[in-house]
Amino acid sequence: MIADARGVLTGAHFLSGNEATCEGALAAGCRFVAGYPITPSTDIVERIASRFPTLGGTFIQMEDEIASSIAILGAVWAGQKAMTVTSGPGFSLMMEHIGLAAISETPCVIVDVQRGGPSTGLPTLPGQADLMQARWGSHGDYEIIALAPNSPQESFEMTIEAFNLAEQWRVPVFLMADECVGHMVEKVVIPPAEEIEIYPRRYTKQPPDQYMPFRAGADLVPEMARAGQGYNLHVTGLTHDERGYPVINAACQEQLVRRLVDKIRLHADEIVSCEEYGLEDCEIVLVSFGITSRIAFRALQLARKEGLRVGMLRLRTIWPFPETRVRELAQRVGAFVVAEMNLGQMVYEVERCAAGKARTLLAPHAGGTVHSPAQILELIRKAAQ
Amino acid sequence: MTILHPVDTLLRQERMPHIWCPGCGIGTSVNCFARALLQSTLELKQVAIVSGIGCTGRVAGYMHLDSFHTTHGRAIPFATGLKLGNPNLKVVVYSGDGDLISIGGNHFIHAARRNVDLMVVCINNFNYAMTGGQAAPTSPLTSLATTTPYGNYETPFNLPNLAESSGAVYVARWTVFHVRQLVRAYAEALTRKGFVFIEVLAPCPTLYGRRNRLGDAVEMVEQYKASAVIKNGASTREVGLGMTGPIVVGKFVDQPRPTFLEAMHEQMRARLGKKYVPLEMTT
Repeated sequence: MIADARGVLTGAHFLSGNEATCEGALAAGCRFVAGYPITPSTDIVERIASRFPTLGGTFIQMEDEIASSIAILGAVWAGQKAMTVTSGPGFSLMMEHIGLAAISETPCVIVDVQRGGPSTGLPTLPGQADLMQARWGSHGDYEIIALAPNSPQESFEMTIEAFNLAEQWRVPVFLMADECVGHMVEKVVIPPAEEIEIYPRRYTKQPPDQYMPFRAGADLVPEMARAGQGYNLHVTGLTHDERGYPVINAACQEQLVRRLVDKIRLHADEIVSCEEYGLEDCEIVLVSFGITSRIAFRALQLARKEGLRVGMLRLRTIWPFPETRVRELAQRVGAFVVAEMNLGQMVYEVERCAAGKARTLLAPHAGGTVHSPAQILELIRKAAQ
Repeated sequence: MTILHPVDTLLRQERMPHIWCPGCGIGTSVNCFARALLQSTLELKQVAIVSGIGCTGRVAGYMHLDSFHTTHGRAIPFATGLKLGNPNLKVVVYSGDGDLISIGGNHFIHAARRNVDLMVVCINNFNYAMTGGQAAPTSPLTSLATTTPYGNYETPFNLPNLAESSGAVYVARWTVFHVRQLVRAYAEALTRKGFVFIEVLAPCPTLYGRRNRLGDAVEMVEQYKASAVIKNGASTREVGLGMTGPIVVGKFVDQPRPTFLEAMHEQMRARLGKKYVPLEMTT
């Protein structure tokens, strides 16, 4: 289906990444946002609070991020598309309901405008150190999808993509922005509503006496119903059977958790999206994402001037990790250089998928500002030796 | 289906038997709640029930309604999203004292302050029963629990007073001895708008009763009968509970004020006029 035109601010604008994220959510059909103020994400909910009342949306400032992250799940089961927005410390508090969203297969979008951590860290300065938390932060086995925009334009587009992926796979989807992308202001072109594709909620057409709320189809995703339709749904955070009823044993755990994981793992190649540059004949692959990918690209240009054969794999989807692509590349390149604004997280994935077939070098940064191109260039030179 | 009991239609028969111990008061409260629902004019498919974690947290799973069994302490913020996401729903939160008042205490006071249109039922059995009988913020002074083996020395919350002072528009307390009054209280509360709070004292003979030598379930309920003082309109300041002494029951507060959604609509219309578009239901 196409986007509801009322939420689409068609035209060319000068927007920050955070403002563009807000517009992306509106275009995607999000009409419920619960949030709690936290730098550097607050301007998203501020714009939502201002824009929603004329567009048929409800914003509520909750008492904390724990409450925000479950209020959106309630709104989804009421029939809304819903989002919450936060940064590191709030993201930590939301882990509880990321698990609930995963096990109850509640489609929702969580935006993490990353800052430096741990703890209160660097409230006003950027980081990219929440990647593993996004992947593994809640307890138990589960899978999620996470996207990393590198511009305000992409913040707009990826927020829509995040909602679409959430609806398609019934998982929480994270927009892993960072303070730089959130606050940089650039041209953002918002297309007409009819050019924006929206993945509709997968509501069941089964009558209540035949509907099994957690029986999945071929793609391992069950159809949804919402409160108030007469389905007498039961939704629980306990391990449950296809009816949604708690069953506390190993067989049901295997069946449910295996499916929750497989629905993403087995479709990873379909979900993953990367931007590639000059990979055809390169010897060194620069791997980066988010704001760091823009500095990495400058380093790539400088390295090419020096005659170094460098290509780039920019991760648009950071989870699931583009495992297939990295494994392919590892067969024929000499090295990967991973540039990320943390002291080594995504590099573990690259190293795992390179599986000893190509060297893996890390260009780390503790956060607070971006890398300099020279830092990354230095690693490229080292990789070329 | 053979109807065996007047409230059968409201229970998920396929989920029986339930997990509650013999003598537990939660089932009695559920029976009263189901009767109140059957008496009400509400369309049952528009009624949703939300629970947290614990013995009472299992109530949602036994009610033949749209039912949500959420995380520990978070039933109220889930219910807030559910209600605001579809204002046509009647949303009932049904959970225990540890869940709603300890880990969920912050959500409780803020939902009451906002006057979110929720009926909140707190089954108070004075301890954490699901985990084996630990002290709760409702445990009376000197009471014994696994984590207060020498007696509790923390002052418990007075729940009706907490609810009223946080902004609840309707506050009542009954025990599971008072089944008729409880049905009436539930039925009345279902007609009220805004944050409605009912505390129900329920025996936990297996843990709280046994440790504190309060006898079996029948003796515990007899104690409720003997100690209960019905005092409608009582000041909530004066209804705190101890190990012994009177149990003041009745309807303490019934004072409407604009709900969260009413206040939001009014404010938005005042500032935005015809530009204001309230949330639409998904079709």
